[in-house]
Amino acid sequence: MAETLDANPRQDGTAPKTAARSFEAVTIGVSTGGVHALQKLLGQLPATFPLPILIVQHISADADSGLAKLLDERCPLRVKEADEQDEIRPGTVYLAPPNYHLLVEREGFLSLSADPYVSFARPSVDVLFESAAAVFGRGLIGIVLTGANFDGSQGLKTIKRKGGVAIVQDPADAEARQMPQAAIAATGVDYVVALDGMAALLQKLAARRNTIPHDEKGRDD
Amino acid sequence: MKPDEVEDVEIRLLLEGVQRIYGYDFRDYADASIKRRLNHWLAESGFDTFSQAQSRLLRERSVFESLLRGITVNVTEMFRDPAFFRAVREQVVPFLKTYPFVKIWHAGCATGEEAYSMAILLNEEGMAGRYRMYATDINETVLQKASEGVMPITEMQRFTRNYQKAGGRASFADYYTARYDRAILSAALKKDIVFAPHNLAVDGEFGEMNLVLCRNVMIYFKPALKERCLRLFDSSLLAGGFLCLGLKESLERRKMGERYEELAAPLRIYRKRYG
Repeated sequence: MAETLDANPRQDGTAPKTAARSFEAVTIGVSTGGVHALQKLLGQLPATFPLPILIVQHISADADSGLAKLLDERCPLRVKEADEQDEIRPGTVYLAPPNYHLLVEREGFLSLSADPYVSFARPSVDVLFESAAAVFGRGLIGIVLTGANFDGSQGLKTIKRKGGVAIVQDPADAEARQMPQAAIAATGVDYVVALDGMAALLQKLAARRNTIPHDEKGRDD
Repeated sequence: MKPDEVEDVEIRLLLEGVQRIYGYDFRDYADASIKRRLNHWLAESGFDTFSQAQSRLLRERSVFESLLRGITVNVTEMFRDPAFFRAVREQVVPFLKTYPFVKIWHAGCATGEEAYSMAILLNEEGMAGRYRMYATDINETVLQKASEGVMPITEMQRFTRNYQKAGGRASFADYYTARYDRAILSAALKKDIVFAPHNLAVDGEFGEMNLVLCRNVMIYFKPALKERCLRLFDSSLLAGGFLCLGLKESLERRKMGERYEELAAPLRIYRKRYG
């Protein structure tokens, strides 16, 4: 039933309300307070988490790859700094490298760009979110975490416009609340949650990949 | 049909048209970045859609030129990635000095910042007059700017910091004259550089190079075009010559990688083996 509906999207570009959703990827944007927040969130996801996770953490241009190594050591999932032409694999976390934007290509690869700063940042959350939304559409989960700027809000709006799901860290729970607040102000957010509940929520959403509980049908949109 | 699919089709048609009319082939550029750049151009062009732009774009060269500027400008800075330039100074130049004269190809030089950085470095190492650098780019507007060697004065603070971190031996201010809001680079830096148009998607190799520098250009290309570029660089390089790529570009997983040894591990400096 669900598959049939998924195979026949409406011609106006919106998703049918009752269609089951099968998520393909998670994107996360985070700035000030990010090292702590990412350790906490990724630390609670099991090695069996089935979706790829793409992350932009604002970082200074001349930083080394220390953050990816740190997260890789402390989290069950494999964490790596994104290399150009990396194939996007399930259950792997990709971190945007310092001084490059991270983008998603249609063929399921990652690409990098040295284009000018967007939203005063490189890597920019907006760039990742917008390119991921173009590829994954309603199969994308976008998350905005703690940060002291506005990057990510335009990108989250695009994710919503293309049918994806938007999750924002509860500003009261965030080390810096501006980025979550800007995201909430920019678009209709699906979930506003504290960091502690986020891993459980992601696992619940990801589990819909194969089995769609009857009572959850139609609640996505 | 998703709105994105319509736009993707429009972009494909537009690039096809551009290739047929003007001979510039962007069909092998990675989609995500070129789409961003095209959308940026579209937003400033006054057209609502790519279909709407197409008619004038294919008929009026000036419209095409504005598109070309929009999608081919690579931003760069002097001594971008100072650690890389330090490694060139300390680990590559000693080899270059053993030749009476060296030839360098800097592919995708954009507005020339890295070409001038290299010239400063080579001159400080006593190689002035002993090298020729061919600095090429697809975009003739940026080449014109590059050959003028004039930069916004506001950038000089950042460039000076980079220069110092890269192991600069003099005072960076010696290399330019400040005039109002601009910094005019010294003529001594220009005399060994030849700026010339070159299109990596269609043009051929530069023969017998001792060093090929192409940083953060191929990241915008699809795998097939990347391969083409690497073959071009490989056939341009003499044995014992150096290939310098961007910090996130690598010869790992590449067939030609076997013929190169990595000199400074994370900095993407490779040396072509003899034999």
